[in-house]
Amino acid sequence: MKIRIKFRKYGVMKFIGHLDIMRYFQKALKRAGIPVSYTEGFSPHMIMSFASPLGVGLTSDGEYLDFEMAEGLSSIQGVERLNAVMTEGIEILSFLRISEEKSQNAMSLVAAADYEVCFCPGKEPGIKSKGEECSAPSWKEAFSDFLDQPEIRVTKKSKKAERELDIRPFIYEARVDGETIFLRLSAGSVTNIKPELVLEAFFLYLGQSMEPFSLRIHRKELYAAQEGGEARTFVSLESLGSLF
Amino acid sequence: MKSLALSDEILLTIEKPARYLGNETHAVMKNKEEVAIRFCMCFPDVYEIGMSHLGIQILYDLFNRREDTWCERVYSPWVDLDKLMREQGIPLFALESQDPVRDFDFLGITLQYEMCYTNVLQILHLAGIPLHAARRTEADPLVIGGGPCAYNPEPLADFFDLFYIGEGETSYPALLDAYKSNREQGGSREDFLKIAARIPGIYVPSLYEVTYKEDGTIASFTPRDPQIPARVEKQLVTDLNQVSYPTKPLVPFIKVTQDRVVLEIQRGCIRGCRFCQAGMIYRPTRERDAGKLMDYSREMLAATGHEEVSLSSLSSSDYSQLPQLVDFLIETAGQEGVNISLPSLRIDAFSLDVMSKVQDIKKSSLTFAPEAGTQRMRNVINKGLTEEDILKGAALAFAGGWNKVKLYFMLGLPTETEEDIRGIPRLAEKIAKRYYEIPKEERNGKCQITISTSFFVPKPFTPFQWASMDTQASFLKKAHMVNQEMKEQLNKKSMRYNWHEAEVSVLEGVFARGDRRLCKVLEKAYENGCLYDSWSECFYLEGWQKAFAETGIDPAFYTSRARSREEILPWDFLDVGVSKAFLLKEWDKSQEEQVTPNCRQACQGCGAGKYRTGVCKENREEISCENTN
Repeated sequence: MKIRIKFRKYGVMKFIGHLDIMRYFQKALKRAGIPVSYTEGFSPHMIMSFASPLGVGLTSDGEYLDFEMAEGLSSIQGVERLNAVMTEGIEILSFLRISEEKSQNAMSLVAAADYEVCFCPGKEPGIKSKGEECSAPSWKEAFSDFLDQPEIRVTKKSKKAERELDIRPFIYEARVDGETIFLRLSAGSVTNIKPELVLEAFFLYLGQSMEPFSLRIHRKELYAAQEGGEARTFVSLESLGSLF
Repeated sequence: MKSLALSDEILLTIEKPARYLGNETHAVMKNKEEVAIRFCMCFPDVYEIGMSHLGIQILYDLFNRREDTWCERVYSPWVDLDKLMREQGIPLFALESQDPVRDFDFLGITLQYEMCYTNVLQILHLAGIPLHAARRTEADPLVIGGGPCAYNPEPLADFFDLFYIGEGETSYPALLDAYKSNREQGGSREDFLKIAARIPGIYVPSLYEVTYKEDGTIASFTPRDPQIPARVEKQLVTDLNQVSYPTKPLVPFIKVTQDRVVLEIQRGCIRGCRFCQAGMIYRPTRERDAGKLMDYSREMLAATGHEEVSLSSLSSSDYSQLPQLVDFLIETAGQEGVNISLPSLRIDAFSLDVMSKVQDIKKSSLTFAPEAGTQRMRNVINKGLTEEDILKGAALAFAGGWNKVKLYFMLGLPTETEEDIRGIPRLAEKIAKRYYEIPKEERNGKCQITISTSFFVPKPFTPFQWASMDTQASFLKKAHMVNQEMKEQLNKKSMRYNWHEAEVSVLEGVFARGDRRLCKVLEKAYENGCLYDSWSECFYLEGWQKAFAETGIDPAFYTSRARSREEILPWDFLDVGVSKAFLLKEWDKSQEEQVTPNCRQACQGCGAGKYRTGVCKENREEISCENTN
């Protein structure tokens, strides 16, 4: 059967990169005694797939991992057994059964992601590094003007090339909430917009440039898109699974 | 939640931040207010190397079983973080608590190879602990060294408060107890060192005085105080089945060199190769019960989730319970997709059969370590492997489908001639011939023979401890000769040749048989910027050359100089079981090209019989305790 687990990544674990998190789960699933299925062949390996790699330095409440296993334990047992072998900084939130169809795997489903972004102390836009007030309005007001633009053109760097792109259509939701900026951005294999890209554009809009290590980014949730009728709606990857 | 010693900004700038976080599965967390002793265990190399070391896992587990002790770890910060720590004055910290190492009671440093000595100074320096033991105060940790290089601790004598000679399981409990009671009684650091020096296996270098003759050799080596023993006795576990084993080893987040469950099947080696220090200092050979190891493998695979299990020993083929253990591993672990790795196996019908079950023949290669190119030379070094053994083993392997062979040799062995050197590629040629004798349609393409040579470094407590070491120029000439001879072989296209860097070997030779006068060279080299000397990308030869010139020390005194039989060697004050008389007898036999049978064939009365354990007990009821030192 196909299983999807949702987990939280926090604390010191934010410094463990994606490939090492994969290795971590391979070992943790074995420690927990989860009957994970292996590929055939001389060097069998677990069949597992992560929804969307999380960058080093980011924390998250909504990470997903799909894998196949033999029957023999319940959702509740899965969560308990895994949490019993987790190190501090990873917590399993749910252990659900999902559809067997290939098109339903986490990685191919991801369409959007929610983020909470804050500025590191002293790294807010509009405040000079020495702490003097700037004449510009507070960044919170400026942020809604920034979003009101018909288009937001950025240069997106990939491994191979740079290309110019209007990211405004891919910012599905955005608002300032206290000191935090909430963003719902397009994610997945087609157009993956990182929150850094949006914030860099914001700094540029203010005529400033963003220094490295200015942001604290927390991923809240990953979504699949459901095309029904006129509007496209987003459902969390978790909601596609069922307790068993 | 745990707070880290390094800022997010640093951790996101440096390579592999996971090296500095701790928090690994099975890392031990305790409340520092509730422990009496804080011990920081250090492997002075990068995390990935240090985390692969079984000895630290054993001691970490042993110490943390004590309620009064919290043992943590530290590894050498890699050069990127090293630079930032110096610039920003960040003190070296232990991984578990992230507290400064300087606040600990003990800093234990394992000494696995000579080329980590500058890293030892880096650890002390970054921790803010005075490099010289003599300049440390009550506020500083006690710095204790152990591991194979502690069998000649003298080149590090100034930098350590104590050394532990031998296997850690035996005297550490007494040492920690003594530390606690000395402190409870208000005793000073100096008081403790005097108490410690009387615990078996503990060497306190500051309590011994060395004088020298005009020719630079040692005139005397004596304790400064009549209560301090003149000889320090190596510690060893007499029954491996009675000591604890780390069945919940640390599981790192990043890939490390030894990313698997390790079963230590035995200690010591029966073979008695004359160049091999491990084969002498770990005598007598002692086995762990296969039944226990089977339980450990199950527990450890379940506790770690590792996908590979490996056996650890100096010569796995000599482990008497190998067939049962291997069968068990194949039946249990092998069924669950766990790989089985079997290093240090002699190639014969049994091992090939086993390997064909656990490896992908097409991908794996077979390793032979003839160590020398001719039978004469192999007799000199007492390597009991004959050409016939090698060729038979290779033929069997080729018939079984293997076509990759790795061959390991040493250059610069005592009495070596041109014939011996040219014998290396000639042996490779004979192996290649065996391969091409197989009909074309039955063989699997070309064969690949990789020849590797290292340069022989004489080590303390071996029959070759008196030998003169080759010079760098001679090493390179010999490597060139091997290369040239290889090109003259018929099957040269099936061969490849790699050789080790000569500069590093010469330096290793200096420190392996060095004395305490080398401390100042080491300190100078470190000041000159030498660090991570075993990493070729970091090795800084000029820094070392300058250090020798500045201190007026001639490296040749320690390397190419031949030692007389009467000379007091810097490590003579250690009693490792094996007697000097035995080593001298073996040195003489080597010159006569005579081989010595292994411990199971016939006891040679080496001196290790006095421990009354392991192979010494297995062989004979009566043990002669001769130790004619």
